[in-house]
Amino acid sequence: MNAATPQRRKERIDRGIKVRTEGIYALMSWRELAYLAVPRLVLIVGLLALPQVMPGMYWQRVVSIVCIYALLALSFDFLAHFVGLVSLGGAFFVGTGSYLTAILNTKLGLSPLVTIPAATLIGGALCTLMLLPCLPLRGVYFAIVTLMYPLFLARVIEALDILGGTDGIMGIDSFPSAWLEQYFVIIMLLLFLFAVRRLVNTDLGLVLRAVKDNDQAVRASGMDVTRYRALAVFVASAIGCLAGACLVHIYMWAGISTFALDFSVLPIAATVIGGSGTLVGPLLGCLILVPVSELLRDFGTLRIVFYSLILLAFIVLRSEGLMVYGQRKYHQIERWTKI
Amino acid sequence: MDILIYGTINSVALMLYALGFALVYGTSRLPNFAHGALYVLSGFIVWSALNTFGLNYFISIVLALVITAIIGAVIYRVFLIRVRGMEISEIIASYAIALAILEGLRWSGFKGMTYTLPPFIEGSTTIAGISVDYQRLLAVGIGAALVAFLWVFTHYTRIGLALQGMAQDERAALMLGIDSDFMAVVAMGLGSALAALAAVVLLPLGNIVVESGYNVLILAIAVCIVGGIGSWAGAVLAAFIIGFAQILTVVYLGSHFQMVVALLAIILTLILKPSGLFGQQKELEERV
Repeated sequence: MNAATPQRRKERIDRGIKVRTEGIYALMSWRELAYLAVPRLVLIVGLLALPQVMPGMYWQRVVSIVCIYALLALSFDFLAHFVGLVSLGGAFFVGTGSYLTAILNTKLGLSPLVTIPAATLIGGALCTLMLLPCLPLRGVYFAIVTLMYPLFLARVIEALDILGGTDGIMGIDSFPSAWLEQYFVIIMLLLFLFAVRRLVNTDLGLVLRAVKDNDQAVRASGMDVTRYRALAVFVASAIGCLAGACLVHIYMWAGISTFALDFSVLPIAATVIGGSGTLVGPLLGCLILVPVSELLRDFGTLRIVFYSLILLAFIVLRSEGLMVYGQRKYHQIERWTKI
Repeated sequence: MDILIYGTINSVALMLYALGFALVYGTSRLPNFAHGALYVLSGFIVWSALNTFGLNYFISIVLALVITAIIGAVIYRVFLIRVRGMEISEIIASYAIALAILEGLRWSGFKGMTYTLPPFIEGSTTIAGISVDYQRLLAVGIGAALVAFLWVFTHYTRIGLALQGMAQDERAALMLGIDSDFMAVVAMGLGSALAALAAVVLLPLGNIVVESGYNVLILAIAVCIVGGIGSWAGAVLAAFIIGFAQILTVVYLGSHFQMVVALLAIILTLILKPSGLFGQQKELEERV
């Protein structure tokens, strides 16, 4: 640093309106109310209107896929940034959810409106059970085990030729109506988005964040870290299974490809690009990445290379992500001050 | 008898996979998820040097070792150093590198069964009535030599001792004048070279396929977890346990279950003794 140039630093100050809208004072004027409500309304109305503005069936289907990936990314973001567990296997949740749905639908003949909640709950419990051994441990174990499960399960299904083998399970019912097919996923996404946002601000969420930041302190307070982690994993894997269940009913097919790498990598990339720890960021990331990946469909596995490079660039150079940047601009003013 | 011989060979192969990962993770606490990708990459480097550029086999092997070591060091110096200490980012970044390498190789046409490396020495011999080819015997010899070398390296050389110091207490090592960033670059380079060496020794036994990148990573991690991180003896023992368990399942249950052994081994270890067979170091830190 040259001594001749005046030393400056960037100062960030919360906007007055942000401070005013915290708490009951938000009701003071329409402007304050709008400040709070507009971002949320943009999200809700925007998502609900999205299928209407899409040209043609194909892009409406892409909206559903965006929502499915966004659910996965939401579960990744929740687990990684609010509980401190990095899951490299979103595909594990999707795969479990989709195979469960397929079995419930084809073997027991249940309607999609029953199979989806059932697969969500059973799948969440099943995934939690399978991940239980690595929950008492800190470090990389959770990441490793979640990375391994989808690879193994795909191979086991292939090798033993169970559950339809390489062909997958076919003849699954679609949603009762096209309208429901389109909006079910979107509504579920909005529901879980706001539910998880609320969850991380409750006492339970506080404990979970404490588990992430300092698990010894949580243990010293007489709380069972493993139990809280298991609970968080249940929530996250249930969301992942829900995504898988919706996917199956949209495509009317469940197969080994639900264990594919795309389901593990794209949500992570979307989270990092959109903004880690914001919960809305992952959705933004998916809205960017999924259409791009649809356009790149012809390039095959190059898509995964593309996600990984974007992921690497963002995590190394711009680890805050778009949403954090946006929130900062919305809530704060920045100015240069002399030191 | 053939269980004994093939079990030993399989165990040594597992050990070769794991050594590089164990070195990096044991010293700089960096889970190098790109390990398997480097393994496959070096296989393709040898193949290209051999077939595309028509180099001598020995020269292409040396070339692959050097290039992979440099790639590993560069990966650390350029990318991973910036996210050092942030566990979530470390995992994601190194996994992203692995995916970029592996899927990039797959996209650029390196797939299928057509890529093979010739063995160092053709032919086979018979031990106790079972025919074993020389390449497998060579792999066992190299594996044993490598473990001995690593043991001597980490116990008696300056760099090795510095790496050990870093593994035990990074801050104290810094105060004693050990440059921890430089050491981590060295560890990463060495670990990548070990991955390349494993590839060079083991790939002639089969085809070079991109999928094996994931398998190698998983097996390496399995060996490290079962053996306990930071312990060479543990890694060797774990390699033998998993190796023999794999061969036994292949013989008695069928080859489909071979990979399940590694998963089961990890899960059992995590339930019964999370620090691994010999990992006393950092035991309290791993457990919550």
